[in-house]
Amino acid sequence: MYAKDYHDLGTPAASGASVTLEIDGATVTVPAGTSIMRAAALADRDVPKLCATDTLKQFGSCRVCLVEIEGRRGFPASCTTEVAPGMKVRTRSEALAKLRRGVLELYVSEHPMGSCPASSRCELESLAEQHGIAASRYAGPDTARHEHTHAPIDASNPYFRFDNDLCIVCSRCVRACEETQGTFALTIEGRGLESRVAASQGEPFLESECVSCGACVEACPTGALLEKSVLTAGLPQRAVATTCAYCGVGCSLI
Amino acid sequence: MSGAPVTLFVSQDAGAIARGADRVAAEIARQAAGAVRLVRTGSRGMYWLEPVVEVETSAGRIAYGPVKPEQIGELLKSGMLRGADHAAKLGKLADHPWLASQQRLTSARLGIVDPASLDDYLAHGGYAGLEAALAMSPSDIVRVVTESGLRGRGGAAFPTGIKWQTVLDQPAGPKYIACNADEGDSGTFADRMLMEGDPFSLIEGMTIAGLAVGASRGYVYLRVEYPHAARALAKALTVARERGYLGDDLRGSGRSFDIAVRLGAGAYICGEETSMLESLEGRRGEVRVRPPLPAIKGLFGRPTVVNNVVTLASVPVILARGAEFYRDFGMGKSRGTLPLQLAGNVRQGGLVERAFGLTVRELVHDYGGGSASGRPVKAVQIGGPLGAYLPAAEFDTPLDYEALSGKDALLGHGGVVVFDDQADMARMARHALSFCAIESCGKCTPCRLGSTRGVEIVDRLIATRNGGGGSPPRSADLALLDELCETMFHGSLCGLGGLTPYPVRSVLRHFRDEFERV
Repeated sequence: MYAKDYHDLGTPAASGASVTLEIDGATVTVPAGTSIMRAAALADRDVPKLCATDTLKQFGSCRVCLVEIEGRRGFPASCTTEVAPGMKVRTRSEALAKLRRGVLELYVSEHPMGSCPASSRCELESLAEQHGIAASRYAGPDTARHEHTHAPIDASNPYFRFDNDLCIVCSRCVRACEETQGTFALTIEGRGLESRVAASQGEPFLESECVSCGACVEACPTGALLEKSVLTAGLPQRAVATTCAYCGVGCSLI
Repeated sequence: MSGAPVTLFVSQDAGAIARGADRVAAEIARQAAGAVRLVRTGSRGMYWLEPVVEVETSAGRIAYGPVKPEQIGELLKSGMLRGADHAAKLGKLADHPWLASQQRLTSARLGIVDPASLDDYLAHGGYAGLEAALAMSPSDIVRVVTESGLRGRGGAAFPTGIKWQTVLDQPAGPKYIACNADEGDSGTFADRMLMEGDPFSLIEGMTIAGLAVGASRGYVYLRVEYPHAARALAKALTVARERGYLGDDLRGSGRSFDIAVRLGAGAYICGEETSMLESLEGRRGEVRVRPPLPAIKGLFGRPTVVNNVVTLASVPVILARGAEFYRDFGMGKSRGTLPLQLAGNVRQGGLVERAFGLTVRELVHDYGGGSASGRPVKAVQIGGPLGAYLPAAEFDTPLDYEALSGKDALLGHGGVVVFDDQADMARMARHALSFCAIESCGKCTPCRLGSTRGVEIVDRLIATRNGGGGSPPRSADLALLDELCETMFHGSLCGLGGLTPYPVRSVLRHFRDEFERV
């Protein structure tokens, strides 16, 4: 979970030649290869997102970042669609709001509002709240939820715990483990509603190939992967930049 | 019985085997071993007549069917080997109106040739397309395919020539031909029949595609549920390699092309082309975001032609007989022929290859002979589990891509499943959603969660039919189902979640009263 004031641009920077396009009427110039999502964020027209974060490659799974592009059918995802010269993008419209509410309501049917121990920092709950969703019409006593792991909460790791009930299967942890850390300890197993995050071959985190680097915890948009210290001591009140002294590499930390 | 052995043909197509063809063949071998030469062919696709036994006589191939194993003794006694009369005698199948009225281009050899015999294939016009292609430049091959009007027969109907041109235009380097043989749509079997009954046509089509775009390697992604097709393909590939139709020096041309078969693991989503590529690369079958198109960045990140079996197997006849010959079949923007697959509650199910434009009524009633139950036909589902239901009132619709999309329906892979008046259409809507829930790859939210939520809504609506009340109110659930369809249609990452609303909405549109009472 990122520091609260971190402006996440959604997708990594690109480095092509300059491309000028129009986003919600404003002219924006960005390097070719930039996603519409990043271009919009740079122009302070942030598009809602859950599976996207600028430290990881675009993935296109959450479907809340859909936009309208003049001359194109349907609603392309802004994270996986690159800018093009002269492109005219709309990030807000009646149809888009309806579509985003539709997707968010599906999320909330599995992850009820207020269920996160870190609700104020849960990207899903914040986004749903912004879209005026207090509860899901899809949710009811018989609503199926994605299957629990053997123990719904995996607290085997001394530093963090994984609560499958709060997971929205955005794959940010899986991708962080793969792209940031290169450990490949996490995967999604099962399919459809039964898709769930698994460490190694469905083992407890501590027994898996996980090296406790915390990249997955950092990447998680909900409270599914959460530092145990947050559960006992609460969310941090302030953030400072420092250097990790554990080994000689000296990674910077916020 | 004496003299030269009589040649008998019995299908080894999986559909025919299901109806007893293997037992019939075994019985023939047991009772007439010395007197007959038994050839196991593919099926002609007249499944209600299987198992069919055809006898080579001076008057042509005389058929008998459906033949039961216990009838063999009696048939032999009554002179079947001479083509003598019998209650089960069908005469020459080629003259049977059900077959004679078809326009078989892609399936021309089905049920006729021995699928493992290259000589049979050559004797029936096989490899004429490759011979023509070997004398042409890559761009000329692509031009012929483009001009033929051939569109992808897997469902998306994308113009094949344009796809090939895109791959050809990519810089030289490894390129691939990936054949999608993950035929997962309910009620479809044309790919299977071709691979089991005429595998060389697929091999030839892929080889031509390789020459056209500069690829020297092809993969067939075959669903694991098709073991007979896997065996037939493996045999044909071996023969083709031995005879120089695959390998490093195709027919002495110096060009090379070879094909490997990869088996799927039972996931419908792997029939979606980008998931198929992921699976071919050995990963979890999950949809890739497009762009980049597979034609630009496909298998192993290289330019890749992804076509299904029927599409590739249609290429040889186009190269052999020319673009115009093929284009002259069909109507509007739907050119050529389509092997339609007729199944479900129908009297005469099977493979009907006709030019585009045949109406649903002609297919269901003229070819199908109406329902198997004898009850009135109520609806058909066209294009697999994600295709719309079309009510009997709309049966004058021609089977053509544009005509069906005008009815908010899809032609898909050409499967037509028939339902009689006892089908419960609300349950059919539920089935579409539950199919999506089971087969969703789980990547995107509208499909992963929406499909299960849809099942739950429809379950509530079904439980409260016939005047029952409920909470939430039925009107709220009906509105929510509509909204869900909208979210899935516009929001899903690929066609699985995106097209599931088609069958659901078609039921809401044509059979809404069945959500109220049955």
